[in-house]
Amino acid sequence: MIPELGHFALILALLLALVQGVLPIVGAQRGNATLMAVARPAAHGQFVFVLLAFAALAYAFLTNDFSVENVARNSYSKLPEVYRFTATWGSHEGSLLLWTLILGVWTVAVTVYSRHLPEDMAARVIGVMGLVSVGFLAFMLFTSNPFLRLTPAVPEGNDMNPLLQDPGMVIHPPMLYMGYVGFSVAFAFAVAALLSGKLDAAWARWSRPWTTVAWMFLTLGIALGSWWAYYELGWGGWWFWDPTENASFMPWLAGTALIHSLAVTEKRGVFKTWTVLLAITAFSLSLLGTFLVRSGVLSSVHAFATDPGRGVFILAFLGVVIGGSLLLYAWRAPRLVSGGGFTWFSREALLLGNNVFLMAAMGTVLLGTLYPLFMDAMGLGKISVGPPYFNAVFIPLMTPVLFLVAIGPLVRWRGDDLPALAMRMRWAFAVALVTAALLPLTLDGMNLWASLGLFLALWILFGVLTGFLERLKNAPGGLLGKLATLPRSFWGMQIAHAGLAVVVIGATVVSNYEEHRDVRMNVGDYVDLAGYRFLFMGTHPVEGPNYSAMRGTVEVFRNARKVATVHPEKRRYHASGMVMTEAGIDYGVFRDVYVSLGEPLSDSEWVVQVYYKPFVGWLWGGAFLLALGGGLAASDRRYRIALRRNTEAMATAAQGTRA
Amino acid sequence: MKRFIPLLVFIVLAVFLYLGLYLNPREVPSPFIGRPAPDFTLPVLGQPGQTFSPADAKGRVWLLNVWAPWCVSCRQEHPVLMQLAASGVAIYGLNWKDKDGEAQALLARQGSPYVLTVDDRDGRVGIDYGVTGTPETFIIDKAGIIRMKHVGPITPEIWQKKFVPLLKELET
Repeated sequence: MIPELGHFALILALLLALVQGVLPIVGAQRGNATLMAVARPAAHGQFVFVLLAFAALAYAFLTNDFSVENVARNSYSKLPEVYRFTATWGSHEGSLLLWTLILGVWTVAVTVYSRHLPEDMAARVIGVMGLVSVGFLAFMLFTSNPFLRLTPAVPEGNDMNPLLQDPGMVIHPPMLYMGYVGFSVAFAFAVAALLSGKLDAAWARWSRPWTTVAWMFLTLGIALGSWWAYYELGWGGWWFWDPTENASFMPWLAGTALIHSLAVTEKRGVFKTWTVLLAITAFSLSLLGTFLVRSGVLSSVHAFATDPGRGVFILAFLGVVIGGSLLLYAWRAPRLVSGGGFTWFSREALLLGNNVFLMAAMGTVLLGTLYPLFMDAMGLGKISVGPPYFNAVFIPLMTPVLFLVAIGPLVRWRGDDLPALAMRMRWAFAVALVTAALLPLTLDGMNLWASLGLFLALWILFGVLTGFLERLKNAPGGLLGKLATLPRSFWGMQIAHAGLAVVVIGATVVSNYEEHRDVRMNVGDYVDLAGYRFLFMGTHPVEGPNYSAMRGTVEVFRNARKVATVHPEKRRYHASGMVMTEAGIDYGVFRDVYVSLGEPLSDSEWVVQVYYKPFVGWLWGGAFLLALGGGLAASDRRYRIALRRNTEAMATAAQGTRA
Repeated sequence: MKRFIPLLVFIVLAVFLYLGLYLNPREVPSPFIGRPAPDFTLPVLGQPGQTFSPADAKGRVWLLNVWAPWCVSCRQEHPVLMQLAASGVAIYGLNWKDKDGEAQALLARQGSPYVLTVDDRDGRVGIDYGVTGTPETFIIDKAGIIRMKHVGPITPEIWQKKFVPLLKELET
């Protein structure tokens, strides 16, 4: 009964989404306040029904209702409760429901925080988000219904994919979707602006916090995914250029460009058409990512059901949303006039440079991801594009971006003096260059890639430091008082840029200096690696809730002193028969030691993989700083003041009309 | 004209994505196609003492359907197979990695589409055939050569599009 209620709730949600998508937009075009007023209640109603549907599905999973096909395929009675809950979105159908639910969360947030917007703007934004929701709800109901019954019911489920039975996977998909779907707000604002023809600094100020928050979630989602791959896939890699990863990385690159471009549009009123195009692009790439992952067009480590019928539906939806918005863009963009001039050496110009390189990098990732598809479609054979391509094209494009990150914030709007800036930064440049050149020599000789990465990271950090020093020089009061006067948007930007430097350090050091050995080990054998000694103490069987495992014990010594004991596992999941490797990791600030079990050779002898991974934790630490910076910037009091001022103005206006 | 560029880029992309939907990235040409079906001798389910080898089916075109009682997709496929069997298609089952021996009871309950089912309990024959999951179906011709492999459940549409033309050709 509950699944049927969930199904019915989805149908009602679809109808409400249609109302939310059509009436307010028509109302806004005709200036009809009654129609526009439908937007908020319809959005709230739609959200309530999507939430009910989600709760119904979660209930089916938690109660092991194997008469529901989705549950039977993706859950198992002995699965721990928390995974039974996350299995709700572990399947294709469930993840679409999560997508729609999160779209509802964003829409409700917009209805709450848009009181200060002109009514027609708010109606259009909410309406566009309603139309996006229509697409997803229809997709679910017509091709991917999560509530289909299985007759006869099966006594036991197929189990959740063991790869996903992991704490990281509990929060990774919701974070990622918060990011993907969050870009729908910027998209809706852009389409609303194109529809109304009003695109000004206020528009950019409204869009900015939404975009930054979405970007923050996406950053966290990608970082969690990378961390999960690192400890769960058992070979210690942290980025694979897998199509699914690229699908999340492309909107991130476009979103990063969008954040910077919005800043220019807000402060200076330029790049308007470009900003609108970026807002459309960022969300289009989120949808494209969903399409690539869900349609099975590309093969990936993430195996999902493939079904051309579904693919055609999403593609048609993509055509309507992306094609429609780009058509609107082509039609309306010429009306947007940009104001304000700037010289080639100004903050505007540097941010434009940042945008060009970021979008070029995004383009190369897109090309690399779809190239196998292009070749196959033209009958030129099956090929795969891997890390060699991506590293070869991506690093050269990101190098100038990273170089500009350091100086962009130091350069004034409109125009600045290059020689003067060069004088200000000459010591930072020299110190970064010399340190980066010499540091690798102290390790294992010259290493140009390591030097390049270290130079860029140090250069960014010095740029951040210079930014603080110059701001503080002119502020009154003591050091702490001075720091407290700096606005959150400034803190946010600086922390995010420092975070980027931290990511670069992590990526550079771990790529150039990690060490790895595969060895055959019996009880009592040891292997030395990077100054660590790994002593294999043997394995013993362990029973998990839904798996049996062989758990190894490896003691790690440094200078004859024990520093850690790690327990890598080889698990065999009962229902699916899949074998999973759980790495044993000792985390540290400057290094991880990472041990995973390969194949058993006899009762006591195993192939053991040991890794020394210097600075690998900096990748995720830096990503966290990036996200933290985004959060701080989005909570800048400027946005809150603007909100209060508008509310007050509206209140005064209301009183005026009454008096 | 410049403002139409993003739209044009998207249209080109969409065309390729559409074409891509009808290509299967996972369908790397199987090395088994065009080769003789790997030989095996396995006990026949429900007929103690009896065994089956691919050589026993020589002289007819037959399907080898790899399935398992624990596989939900196989249940989805089951009614389709029943119809095919009723229309005279020779389907042999390979009961893959059925450690608990549930297959026989299941077939007794829901009906068997198979001429016979062999029991590959430890999954070795499956490995010889390059099976990565269930269900998978092989078409084997009169000379015992594998002519096609289909991964995933057979639906009526897939049957009409992928199987029927090849089977017609092989039967003549």
